[in-house]
Amino acid sequence: MSEKAKKVTISSRRRFFTDVAYSGGLGLMGALLWGGYADKAKSSPLTLRPPAAVEEEDFLKLCIKCGLCAEACVNRPANIDKETGRAKPGTLKMAKAGDKVTIGTPFFTPRDVPCYMCDDIPCVVACPSGALDVEKVTNKETGELDFKMMNMGIAVVDTNSCIAYWGIQCDACYRACPLMDDAIKLVYDRNERTGKHAFLKPMVNMHSCTGCGLCELACVTEKAAIFVQPREIALGKPGDHYVKGWDKKDQQRVANRAESDLTTHDKRSEKKPEDYLNMGVEY
Amino acid sequence: MRWSNIKYLVFRRVVQLGLLFLYAMGNYYGWRVLQGDLSASMLFTAIPLSDPFATLQILSTGVMVGTNVLVGALIISLFYGIVGGRAFCSWVCPVNMVTDLAAWLRRKLLIDKIGRKIWISRNIRYYVIVIALIVSAFSGMAVFEIVSPITILNRGVIFGFGAGAGLIVAIFLFDLFIVKNGWCGHICPLGGMHSLIGKNSVIRVKHNSDNCTLCMKCKEVCPEVQVLGMIGKRSEFVSLKECTNCGRCVDVCDDDALDFNLRNFIKNS
Repeated sequence: MSEKAKKVTISSRRRFFTDVAYSGGLGLMGALLWGGYADKAKSSPLTLRPPAAVEEEDFLKLCIKCGLCAEACVNRPANIDKETGRAKPGTLKMAKAGDKVTIGTPFFTPRDVPCYMCDDIPCVVACPSGALDVEKVTNKETGELDFKMMNMGIAVVDTNSCIAYWGIQCDACYRACPLMDDAIKLVYDRNERTGKHAFLKPMVNMHSCTGCGLCELACVTEKAAIFVQPREIALGKPGDHYVKGWDKKDQQRVANRAESDLTTHDKRSEKKPEDYLNMGVEY
Repeated sequence: MRWSNIKYLVFRRVVQLGLLFLYAMGNYYGWRVLQGDLSASMLFTAIPLSDPFATLQILSTGVMVGTNVLVGALIISLFYGIVGGRAFCSWVCPVNMVTDLAAWLRRKLLIDKIGRKIWISRNIRYYVIVIALIVSAFSGMAVFEIVSPITILNRGVIFGFGAGAGLIVAIFLFDLFIVKNGWCGHICPLGGMHSLIGKNSVIRVKHNSDNCTLCMKCKEVCPEVQVLGMIGKRSEFVSLKECTNCGRCVDVCDDDALDFNLRNFIKNS
């Protein structure tokens, strides 16, 4: 009898270790599932954020999902519909499940409602968490808010479907742009096909375009031929090896590079030039 | 039904729905009473309020959050810590209405009598807090905020519902068919956070065992039934931190054995 009792008694020591393993194991399982979902729940890299948003990685950390930016956007005085007296749909939307944007974070879709670039930038001022950084839209010289510094993305022209590149006259995006003749310029080219007409080709200036998307909304083609993309997606990067030798400003860009960066060292540079030039392409 | 049997229930629903209404008007008509949502808001455009748990998660990702959010979290923590206790859960949180409905239906359908009872620990919520903070640090996001039915329901009312509304239905079904008071009473880490914040609050339910007839109506309706251990035994305050101050026990008691009171710390010690 006593021996039988011994077998079923679990010592408090054993119980303690089993409890630790049990809760630790379940906790780890939950944490792994949760972390995996969190990774999947991150926004698509094509998401357009409100003005003055900090970099996406920090934005996802900081945004508390309160919607004060979206409310400031929809309730700005200029957004009241004169006929009904009610607020029109705002630019900023709070992401719902299925939007491919982290749930509860603000974003906008220019083809639906673009950013109208209010000069008092109410959305950025309303942010309580620092996910929208007022510093990023404050002109350092005057200390005032500057809507030209909004930097939400950049407009990209698909020259294949833009009818102005076909030779049909259209300057819808050029005229819709709040920074007309600066963020979008028209480049005049001779139309060799007819011999007597001109192309008026819209070109985006990466230094001025804020990505507001008024051009995308104005575009007359069925699916917009000019559209806004996040700058990290749409822009390349020439790197330090290529410098505009005729441009003082561009020389400043590479002024601080280290001496060791001037020469490239890779697999090929171990060989003599006549060797690697003749060795063909390796697959 | 007598008014005294539904008094606090009605008060709570008025407060819960009233807050949702003010938030929704803040978005749709620009009312400047309460703007934002339960994660962070502005009261009268001047006083910041924010969710202490969301703030902790943001901080655990390793960034410094804006002053308004920090001050807001402090105001909320002080209010519930000194005055309200865990009242957020029963007086403010919109999910409370969903889970209360599930609990009510569970009683009406006699599910506890017919179905099998499933037991899970009521301390899960505290582990979930710790896991949420660790996972937030690793994944670089406030991870409870992306799955929280509280903010999904709250934002749904203010900004419009999406596919996330399914989660609210899931919680309803979980509470109805799987675990009694499963979400609010066992798992929700925000409830755990508010339990911890409000454990020394002044407003508490007080039991008078001299009046108690042991009808046990209070234990039937209480969502955190373990806090009512003294019923019929000792006259004392409900002191366990998980009590949500919902006042349902006060409502259902016909013998004047339960009421809200101010906890007197000096006398106790």
